[in-house]
Amino acid sequence: MKQLALVIDLNVCVGCHACATSCKEWNTGGAAGPLTDQNPYGKDPSGTFFNRVQTYEVGEFPATETVHFPKSCLHCEDPPCVPVCPTGASYKRAEDGIVLVDYDKCIGCKYCAWACPYGAREIDEQQQVMKKCTLCVDRIYDTALPESERKPACVIACPTSARLFGDVHDPASDVSKAIAEHGGYALMPEWGTRPANQYLPKQPKQSVAAATVARGMDPRTIDGAMKP
Amino acid sequence: MNPAWSVILLTTLIGLGQGLLLAMFGVEVASRLALTGAPAAVFYLAGSALSVLCLGGGLLASFFHLGHPERAWRAAAMWRTSWLSREVIVLPAFIAAVTAYGAAHFYGWSCSLWIGATAALLAIALFICTAMIYICLKFLQEWHTPLTLVNFILLGCASGLLAAAVLAGFVWPLLMPALALVAGIVTAAAAVTRGMTLARNALLRPASTLQSAIGISDPKIAQKAQGAMGGSFNTREFFHRRTLQFVRSAKWFFLTAAFALPLLLIALSLTAAPPRLLTLAFAVQFAGLLAERWFFFAQARHPQNLYYQVIS
Ligand code: SF4
Ligand code: SF4
Repeated sequence: MKQLALVIDLNVCVGCHACATSCKEWNTGGAAGPLTDQNPYGKDPSGTFFNRVQTYEVGEFPATETVHFPKSCLHCEDPPCVPVCPTGASYKRAEDGIVLVDYDKCIGCKYCAWACPYGAREIDEQQQVMKKCTLCVDRIYDTALPESERKPACVIACPTSARLFGDVHDPASDVSKAIAEHGGYALMPEWGTRPANQYLPKQPKQSVAAATVARGMDPRTIDGAMKP
Repeated sequence: MNPAWSVILLTTLIGLGQGLLLAMFGVEVASRLALTGAPAAVFYLAGSALSVLCLGGGLLASFFHLGHPERAWRAAAMWRTSWLSREVIVLPAFIAAVTAYGAAHFYGWSCSLWIGATAALLAIALFICTAMIYICLKFLQEWHTPLTLVNFILLGCASGLLAAAVLAGFVWPLLMPALALVAGIVTAAAAVTRGMTLARNALLRPASTLQSAIGISDPKIAQKAQGAMGGSFNTREFFHRRTLQFVRSAKWFFLTAAFALPLLLIALSLTAAPPRLLTLAFAVQFAGLLAERWFFFAQARHPQNLYYQVIS
């Protein structure tokens, strides 16, 4: 059985938010749209997004590394968000494993968002229905698009090709090979959700910070002596 | 979690309605067994009306939780998998059964005991549905324990019994002391199980960490950005944004108002017997139960919060 998914390479993600922007652009106009915003130019801007790019600092200064971490629905193979939905608005497609919400059935009870450990679902405050990544289901099968563009908007937008898209159940697919070769992993494996999306771990690299310290330019020092 | 008033009112009000029905059914069984005298029909009638009022109020409150209340009927569809859907089916059925129970006593139908038994079974079923909505979310570790069900049942029964005792004080005073005594016993039992739950939750260690959330094992990880500057659904729905002090006060408030004070007032009423004391006990306990439910939601730490530590 097919299971479409994204594989995200944390080695090459530069945190530019192109995927999040492109996702918003496509999906606010596509079949899943609009993705409404509240106060977009005001004091507390807020809005509905399928994809968020977060940033973490890993390690102890000066040996730190910045990790940019895009997060969207992982299209879990055992999605806890689906069975809890009282209306059947949330469902997982048998044919390709995409987890979707039927906006016409959703009553906006938010129970599915409580049931997702990853915070991947966001209610649309204006439309009052639950929204989440659709893997661009309205473009990946669109035969009016050239073959090369039948991919999720985020995958096409990524300038560093940090996002791969394909069938993780097909061992010959690019995504399966990437997972096998680079040790792809799932988020929060402790809950048995079996996320279809996987992440490729950051490989150790020569630490720039260590080199700086070796040149005597440790920012923790004044005139070569440790700051008090 | 960020407690929602609609859900707090729903769970406390229907718990009260369920407890009240169970109390009335208990009285009817006891009177048929000649353990107590049989109260007049007005006790059952007023009790059923009060119960239906609470259940209806809870149902009304629940609509305020929905983004699309006009589609609420759709929620009955997925009863095979969803406890929420099951609750949506059992609640109206229970309201109908309580209405029938009141009618049976009003018209003096001989089958009232059977209707009462059906309603009592539905009350238990409703307790199970409501509690399972929370218990089945295994990563909300504070809720994922059978104690959640035990507390829902005991707290609902405590408030329902106390309401029945107050009611008896007005319409059938002979019953009042016995009902007050049972209400006291159930309140004490609820204090024990709620206390056990507090102790259990104090020892919980979250199974998810920032390390498992982003899949990086380094012991030191600090979030620098969460992908939005002005907050998002994720920051509004899952954080109560109250101080630790506030949460602690809520805990002590509910321990006092839901358990200690009602127990004291019930004990006093057993000796001095003015029904006003019980009315006060009921009001204080219900306020305590609202705080208890607020705390129940606020205390649950959702693993998604790991991804939303820092705004910048
Ligand atoms: S990531 Fe969350 S919303 Fe997406 S399938 Fe898994 S549990 Fe459901
Ligand atoms: S918010 Fe909508 S999709 Fe989510 S559980 Fe409720 S009805 Fe289902």
